Amino acid sequence: MHIDLTLVGQTIAFGLLVWFVHKVLLGPLQTLLSARQKRIADGLAAGERGRHELELAHQRAAEVLRSAKATAERIVAEAERHRARVIEEAGAQAKVEGERWLAAARAEFDQEVRRTKEGLRAQVGRLALAGAEKILRQEVDHTVHVKLLAQLESSL
Amino acid sequence: MTKRVAQSGQGVVEYMQHHLTNLCMGECDPRTHHATGFLSVHVDTLFFAAVAACVLMLIAWRVRRALDPDAPGTLQNIVEMVVEFVSKQVEDTVPGASPVIASLALTILIWVWFMNLFDLLPIDLVPWLGGLIGIHYVRPVPTSDINTGLGLSLTVFALILYYNIKVKGLFGYLKQFLFHPFGRFLIPVNIVMSLIEELSKPLSLALRLFGNMFAGELVFMLIALIGGAAAVGLGLLIWLPAQIALDLAWEIFHLLVVSLQAFIFMVLTIVYLGMAHTGE
Repeated sequence: MHIDLTLVGQTIAFGLLVWFVHKVLLGPLQTLLSARQKRIADGLAAGERGRHELELAHQRAAEVLRSAKATAERIVAEAERHRARVIEEAGAQAKVEGERWLAAARAEFDQEVRRTKEGLRAQVGRLALAGAEKILRQEVDHTVHVKLLAQLESSL
Repeated sequence: MTKRVAQSGQGVVEYMQHHLTNLCMGECDPRTHHATGFLSVHVDTLFFAAVAACVLMLIAWRVRRALDPDAPGTLQNIVEMVVEFVSKQVEDTVPGASPVIASLALTILIWVWFMNLFDLLPIDLVPWLGGLIGIHYVRPVPTSDINTGLGLSLTVFALILYYNIKVKGLFGYLKQFLFHPFGRFLIPVNIVMSLIEELSKPLSLALRLFGNMFAGELVFMLIALIGGAAAVGLGLLIWLPAQIALDLAWEIFHLLVVSLQAFIFMVLTIVYLGMAHTGE
């Protein structure tokens, strides 16, 4: 246990070694380590952000799907209603048309009946007149008879 | 009989003295080969410390050259682990410390550890190799030389003073000497106590390391003497296995000690520098 110049030598060696380690090893290594730490932290944050965004996208997709479904249902319901209305309207129209046709047919029929009746009536009158003429060929007043016949005709 | 014991006792003392003598150059006693003045150098201490330093520098340089942030190699992984361990120690004790403190702590940990590891070499190997090339006194463990521990601890002490004055200012630091343990009514006692406290830091750092490594070396020598002291013959059948077993046990235990001493030196350095930052 003797203190001598070795102490000075060891102190200088120590100082140089600290300088060397600091310059060559620790400085670059700590730069590297902190850069790596930052990169890892960034990566984790990015992952977290991505996960969050995915969740949001999922939510948005579900929402879009839900609204699409709702729209589709509304459209289908609308179409259903429209169909019912169209059928109903068509039915009503058909009924009206049919009735109109029926009425027209009936009116035509009535008119035909009336015309036939009038024709028949005139024919019967003429026939009766002819018959009466034949009967009363020798009879007195021709005009009185005509008047009578007209009366008769109108009462038919 | 008595003469033989006395002779062998003398041989033991000689053996141990030989193994505890540094390779001295400069002002050395020509007979004992011990340094006599300040102007001498323990060449073996400097040499093996330089070897340890070169190993550390080589590792640092190789890691630096192949530094890869994405695919670190084995060596880089190990170094990264150690660096992160040391940096965490520093960061926990001295928050926001200068990066130089981390470098200092890392250098102490690894360099002291490497120097301590020379203690695990067979105790006679290096002196024997030295003898082969004509060097008769070699101590391969630089940390069992007080100069090494003191060199480290005085550097740390200089940094303790530097950070104390930097953080608290010169007057703030001196005020600590006046009022520190017992308040303002016992200023003379405070000065003495604080002085002892401050000076004990480098001294305890150096002496702890020196004492542990010196004692470890001594025990290795005593174990080595077990087989050597027994005469060639039947006694060797008992003593040689005992020596091997004891040596192995002490070797394993000492592996813990050398690592622990390096770690303690580093931790105390960090703690002292932390105290310099906070004044607690």
